[in-house]
Amino acid sequence: MTPAPARETTAVRSTGAYPVLRAAARALARVVPVAVGVVLAVFFLLRLVPGDPARMILGERATPESVAALRTRLGLDLPLPQQFADFAVRLLTHGDTGDSLVYGTSTRALILERAPVSLGIVALAVAVSVLVAVPLAVTAARHRDGIVDHLVRVIPTIGLGMPLFWVGLLLIIVFAVTLRWFPVGGIGTTPLDPLRSLVLPAVAVSFGLVPPLVRSLRAQLLEVMSADFVTTLTAAGLSERRVTYGHVLRNAALPTLTLLSVYVASLIGGTLVVEKVFGINGLGSLLFNAIGNRDFPVVQGIALYCAVLVVVVSLVVDVLVAWIDPRTRRGASGSTGRSW
Amino acid sequence: MVSGAGATVTPDAPAATVHGRTPGFWRRAAASPTLIAGALLCGLLVVVAILAPVLAPYDPSAQNLTGGLLPPSPEHWFGTDQLGRDILSRMLFAAQVDLRIAVLAAATPFVVGVALGLVAGYVGGWVDAVVGRLVDTVIAFPFYVIVIALVFALGAGETGIYVAFALVGWVGYARVVRGVTRSLRGAGWVEAARGGGLGRARVLWRHVLPHVLPQAVVLLMTEILLIMVAVVTLGYLGLGVQPPTPDWGAMIADGQAFVTTKWWISAIPGLAVVSTGVALSLVGDGLADAWRVK
Repeated sequence: MTPAPARETTAVRSTGAYPVLRAAARALARVVPVAVGVVLAVFFLLRLVPGDPARMILGERATPESVAALRTRLGLDLPLPQQFADFAVRLLTHGDTGDSLVYGTSTRALILERAPVSLGIVALAVAVSVLVAVPLAVTAARHRDGIVDHLVRVIPTIGLGMPLFWVGLLLIIVFAVTLRWFPVGGIGTTPLDPLRSLVLPAVAVSFGLVPPLVRSLRAQLLEVMSADFVTTLTAAGLSERRVTYGHVLRNAALPTLTLLSVYVASLIGGTLVVEKVFGINGLGSLLFNAIGNRDFPVVQGIALYCAVLVVVVSLVVDVLVAWIDPRTRRGASGSTGRSW
Repeated sequence: MVSGAGATVTPDAPAATVHGRTPGFWRRAAASPTLIAGALLCGLLVVVAILAPVLAPYDPSAQNLTGGLLPPSPEHWFGTDQLGRDILSRMLFAAQVDLRIAVLAAATPFVVGVALGLVAGYVGGWVDAVVGRLVDTVIAFPFYVIVIALVFALGAGETGIYVAFALVGWVGYARVVRGVTRSLRGAGWVEAARGGGLGRARVLWRHVLPHVLPQAVVLLMTEILLIMVAVVTLGYLGLGVQPPTPDWGAMIADGQAFVTTKWWISAIPGLAVVSTGVALSLVGDGLADAWRVK
């Protein structure tokens, strides 16, 4: 498990394209069944509704005629295989899950319009988390059982049980209402406003990522620090600081990258909920409005697009890690080698 | 894609256990401040929740429209909400509701996940592949997105919550248990049991399950915690326990409109959630230490 020193010979690099391609092919081969599973899950979401979905969407007071009309529009009167075929065809030709029942426009258009804000929060949250977690973990690992180490070990215990929406509210109380550093909610109007109004939501979301990140990073660093090459470098007279920042951190970077990709899903989920607290018009508000309006295609579309994003990110990271990790080029099984 | 939790399973960890009896488990448990603190805190929370009808100074649903939004005082320790209901009383009853739902919602996924993990890890082959792809599919969805979508489709409230978590909550156990089971497949006593003519089900039940259970139980503590936070979040979003039944999430949501002037209405119920989280985390970490599992 101990990563080999990142400073590898360049001679191996030139011959090493095939193992990376193999790793990419392996990762792709795993994506296909997942993609099928995701599409099936999203399709059956509507069919999970107890009773008649059209009746559930329109409410108890709807006339039988309007319920029948909606059943036809959603294709619910067709046989199930036919329904799925139509769903899959629409997905492949339009890239969406049908038209919104409320807006009448393609769910893809609605989602793509709102996605940038949400992805902005996710990106900022990753940046905040890394900026907080890396120095904490490094300090904790370098001074084992010191004050910072104890603090770092307590963070996951407290952090896991913090609802992100509540953290968001606390941030609003402290930094927006009391200190007035940031807006209470919304996205603002002037060019710089959006960035400023995304800071608090991003910090709130990072409360979900910092605890697991700091815990694993600390464990990774301790593991690398006990590796033979670190002993060698230290014995060769390199300063502890140079060993830590020049060698140990680099070797802990790959597992951290993989960990970040594992947590992308929870970052997206956290972002959608936190958006609600700050009244931000991203995918979260689209989702909760759609739920309020019983706009099923939009709910399905958001679930589908989130899953696609998660799968794509983990695929890219898997290949990236295989490409960077010298062990892949040497033909050894890299971090993508496990069956599941 | 799933190189996270699955890869962290330490195959050699359960080797410390001999036929389900962990030498020194009770000794280590009794000497673990983490476990004792967590168990005491958990016990306290459960007792408070059960005794809510006795401890609550007011009826949690009793409205007093002229005494709304009062600040904390000797009469109302945590103040009153916009309908004049006593916040402390509502928090105590909400503890009962939220803890009960979290524990019940965690039960089905635990059984399903452990069973699937055992079978997938022991039988291997296409069964393993199918369960693996099912796990991949579930974890492709962000947890909150899939839970919110499922509860929406199934109908907001307790039943929807139970079904939703049963559908998605099992994957963590399946991954961990499958990993440990695979590593135990070739262990001496398992081969001996198999060679002795025991059927698959019996080998799994008597000789493999006792060794994977500690890790599954440690994970259970984290899962109860995550489900509790998710239930509170669903309550905040209006998809959880329906009013007038008190729920920490809905209480936080009620206070949000007054957050600029009466911040405590939202802040205090969140502390209850965090305390419960700390209690469960400590129990989980303490058990992991005592059982010597990761």
